[in-house]
Amino acid sequence: MSSGAAPAVPLARRLVDEPLVLAYFIAALTYLAVTLLAGLLMALQLVQANPLAGLEIFSPGRWRMVHTNGAAYGFIANAFLGALHWAVPRLMLRPVLSRPLSWFIFVAWQGVVIATVIGLLAGQAQAVEWGETPTWIDPLALAGLALVAINFIPPIVSKAGALYVSAWYFLAAFVWTFLTYAMGNFLPQYFIPGTGGGAIIGLFIHDLVGLFVTPLGWGLMYYFVPIILRRPMWSHALSLVGFWGLAFFYPLTGIHHFLYTPIPMFLQYGAVVSTIAVEFVVLTVIINFLGTVWDRPWVAWQNLPLRWFFTGIINYGVTCAQCALQTTLTFQQLIHFSDWVVGHAHLVMLGVFGFWLLGIMIYLIPRLVRRDWYSKRLNEWHYGLTVAGMTLMFFDLLFAGIAQGVSWGSLQIWEDSLAISLPFWWVRVLAGLMIIAGQICFFVNVYLTLRTGTAQTEELVAHA
Amino acid sequence: MFESRTGILLIAGLGFFALAFLSNGLVPILMYRDMPEQTAEEVVNRHLLIQFDDLRSRYPEGFAKLVRHLGHDPEAKPTPESDRQLAAETLRYARKLYIGEACWHCHSQFVRPVSNESRRWGPVAKSWEYQNELQRPVLFGTRRVGPDLSREGGRRSNDWHAVHFFKPTSLVEESVMPEYPWFFDGDPNHPNERGIAMIAYMQWLGSWLPHYFNNYVDPRLAEAQP
Repeated sequence: MSSGAAPAVPLARRLVDEPLVLAYFIAALTYLAVTLLAGLLMALQLVQANPLAGLEIFSPGRWRMVHTNGAAYGFIANAFLGALHWAVPRLMLRPVLSRPLSWFIFVAWQGVVIATVIGLLAGQAQAVEWGETPTWIDPLALAGLALVAINFIPPIVSKAGALYVSAWYFLAAFVWTFLTYAMGNFLPQYFIPGTGGGAIIGLFIHDLVGLFVTPLGWGLMYYFVPIILRRPMWSHALSLVGFWGLAFFYPLTGIHHFLYTPIPMFLQYGAVVSTIAVEFVVLTVIINFLGTVWDRPWVAWQNLPLRWFFTGIINYGVTCAQCALQTTLTFQQLIHFSDWVVGHAHLVMLGVFGFWLLGIMIYLIPRLVRRDWYSKRLNEWHYGLTVAGMTLMFFDLLFAGIAQGVSWGSLQIWEDSLAISLPFWWVRVLAGLMIIAGQICFFVNVYLTLRTGTAQTEELVAHA
Repeated sequence: MFESRTGILLIAGLGFFALAFLSNGLVPILMYRDMPEQTAEEVVNRHLLIQFDDLRSRYPEGFAKLVRHLGHDPEAKPTPESDRQLAAETLRYARKLYIGEACWHCHSQFVRPVSNESRRWGPVAKSWEYQNELQRPVLFGTRRVGPDLSREGGRRSNDWHAVHFFKPTSLVEESVMPEYPWFFDGDPNHPNERGIAMIAYMQWLGSWLPHYFNNYVDPRLAEAQP
């Protein structure tokens, strides 16, 4: 919205390295495709229909780790970095520290992810959940995270005056992610055996969600939602409560992954209480976002990026409500080790953060290539199939988990729990295929938009 | 403070993280400081050595491959000391395979004190059982698609495991466990170094208890008997 005739390139475009943002998104979608195929392979194994059975390189166990690590470090991390390269310079009106460094990080991070996939398929995994990256890659990944912090923190801290909400989350996330990765990948591997190491792994698993993915996700929501709506957040006070509540309670929850283990019981109680506290914090954040569209909720449906954002926000409410229940010791007796937890994890990683990042891509890709989407209809199919598939998978695994828990607790023979799971696992295959079909619509649309697209729309860029 | 960069970096970023680490991470470390980590050699026991002997006589070719893989001479005459050493190295090797194949993503290694688990699996998990190098990182597990394995040792025979690793559905019709033909040289009678190591690891799990747990009664059998 810069007036005046002279500058050919608007400020925002000089601040943002747009080809880099696009490169991150394409990398993210490539890994998303790999992740989905890996998930499909494991899903087919569970219904005894694995077409690649008996081939070492296609071992479903190894591909399961490709599935989770590909989702976290390939899809979500890449998409976050792309979105941050757009949001941080525009929000702070300062470029990142160094463009060559940005591109170096991009190349290095792809190297880390590809090495992880190859290492996992070669059977070199590390026994830390969500951190199966082979141990020789860990120091490289950690160095990469340090460079990310070095690249993004200067534009944020060099600005005078109070910081906007998004900047709080980003700033804290860069520190937390580095610390979390260092703690989880090195302490239980080299220094702390057994139960004490288990406590650290619990912290790591949950900090990865709570201190890496969650703050970056909410930071981006606090940036994109008001910009698309062209109005400020409903309540700044609630923004403050949300951030500081998360910062205090989230790191304390990790041990809830290992309830009823030999980890000291008072620590387990502490984790349960903190987890329930997080739920109340999350409610304030969700109320803040709903309050922002309260008087014209239809906008959140009509605008496709906003629709993805708010679908994710509602899913976040569901997962966190679920969290507050399932973390209680009573609930744990039934659902621990079952597919309930798997459904929960899918809803968090895809249904919340995946949805937000897909929404961000749908908002940004036309602005990056300066062409409108090739097909609005394909984008609608993408939304419909993905959300329907995700919802079906969530409820399917939820009920599967309850059935499994009841079967185990009532001392039925083990095979009984497999027999009753089978129909649920077939539905899960179906739900997975719906999600895959949705992403195929999206991939095709992205490809055609990049290749051809429709008329150039400069006003899209001006509005950004 | 709440919106300033120092507040966010120092209090939220470093401070709260450190608080959580000290309270949730350091406390258990301090509580277990009297339980030093045992080496693999120290956790080799009589139960395991008997199974080890059985594996040697049952699968001589595969066993020789394993010995060679671990850098020893398969022709050398075994002594109690050499066997103990060999078994320890086998466990280390097998643990790598167990993690690399993601076994621990579908099989837990801890028995909870609830949901009748001690009746199905055996004694509830205790801290000391995990204070060894083969539980670093600890293999509590995350999901039970297949059974818990922390009391698996001695429950089934070595040849059962061989056939099961080769093609699980040939023994358990409903099984959704993947096949591991790369643990074998062509057929279930010829486990290779990986197969032998994995079977030895199965027999080690729970072997540290005074006796193998085998009290769970299959209700199908219970009904069949008057």
